[in-house]
Amino acid sequence: MNYPPGYRRALAGTQPEYLHPSYKSSLKRAPSQPLVYLPHTLSEITGPVFAPDTVNVKACDLTRQHSGEPLGERIIVSGRVMDEDGRPMRKTLVEVWQANAAGRYRHTVDQHQAPLDPNFSGQGYAMTDSEGRYRFITIRPGEYPWGNHHNAWRPAHVHFSVFGPAFATRLVTQMYFPGDPLLPFDPIYNCTADEAARQRLISVFDWENTIPGHALGYKFDIILNGREATPMEHR
Amino acid sequence: MTSRATTAQTVGPFFSIGMERLNCAELAGPGVAGERVTIEGRVLDADGVGVPDAIIELWQANSLGKYAHPEDWQEKPVEAGFQGYGRIPTDEDGKFRFTTIKPGSVPGPDGKLQAPHIAVSVFMRGLMRRAVTRIYFPDEAGNAGDFALRLVEPGRRGTLIARKTPGIDGLLKWDVIMQGPGETVFFDC
Repeated sequence: MNYPPGYRRALAGTQPEYLHPSYKSSLKRAPSQPLVYLPHTLSEITGPVFAPDTVNVKACDLTRQHSGEPLGERIIVSGRVMDEDGRPMRKTLVEVWQANAAGRYRHTVDQHQAPLDPNFSGQGYAMTDSEGRYRFITIRPGEYPWGNHHNAWRPAHVHFSVFGPAFATRLVTQMYFPGDPLLPFDPIYNCTADEAARQRLISVFDWENTIPGHALGYKFDIILNGREATPMEHR
Repeated sequence: MTSRATTAQTVGPFFSIGMERLNCAELAGPGVAGERVTIEGRVLDADGVGVPDAIIELWQANSLGKYAHPEDWQEKPVEAGFQGYGRIPTDEDGKFRFTTIKPGSVPGPDGKLQAPHIAVSVFMRGLMRRAVTRIYFPDEAGNAGDFALRLVEPGRRGTLIARKTPGIDGLLKWDVIMQGPGETVFFDC
């Protein structure tokens, strides 16, 4: 039995460094010692498997989780989860959370002076289909101020948590919106050196998935680490 | 290669909205075999202050050293209902606590068994991408030859090994020190 191949590592610059002085919260939380390179073992090649029956329709329609309609602009956020070789990541769990249309999270720590919406929780989850696709119906989240520096505002964003097939492929990220004027000023968005990598965090306006008269579409594909070639493929 | 992996971003301070549904601090139900252990500790910043908005995820094999995953080729059983996954947010003092069974040894890439361990992902506000570490067990003969521990300089290996609690069997202590003296070893994974 050959040991199963591991997963590829990030190309330099395409993932954020831990320490970003412009992002104040990183100063005392960023590891300072060099990371120890860990060849992938069975522990990293495997990862949690979630049953499809843990997902329901309401979980992927954030506008239908309460008795009334949430305030704000309905949008469709959809895309595919794939690996770096374009292989669909099937039956993988995607979790999302976000602020409401006014830029307020339903969370006790969020004291931004903007209204909560009794009809919007801002959380959802979905499992990708056989093509790696996911789809959420939600509300376009509002921008909001935060305390990082004077006049700091977060661009509109949706948080994504994705598992993929292995411990090694675990990813938590944020999706942004095209044309957001706050992006050049956001320390979190700008933490990653590679400009193309940053821009892949911006969703694409999506006519194809727009529902006429109802909701605009935004497409956000998520790419997880590709697999190392197997020893056989080297021959 | 057709594209590059998506860039990670911090979970931010409000992750519980989307993540609490899968919170799980009891990794092994009643039908799961193995030695029960409770592991508790704190996530600490560079000043030794508890991080109140961190969340840790755990991934482990069962007591036979078998993962509940289709790529684990070993012909060993997995108990129904054993997933091996846990997710625990820290409390206001940065504390976390979970109960599980001590995992068995799993094969390493060097043809030897790895010492029993739990794979850990740490997320928090201020951390742009997850920090990856491992929990090993005290008094474990296999630790000395463990493939991953041997990648770590000897003076720092102890950060990966849980400590016994004098007088309390089955209670282990393990802290995550993000930065500074005693900084936990984190892996490039």
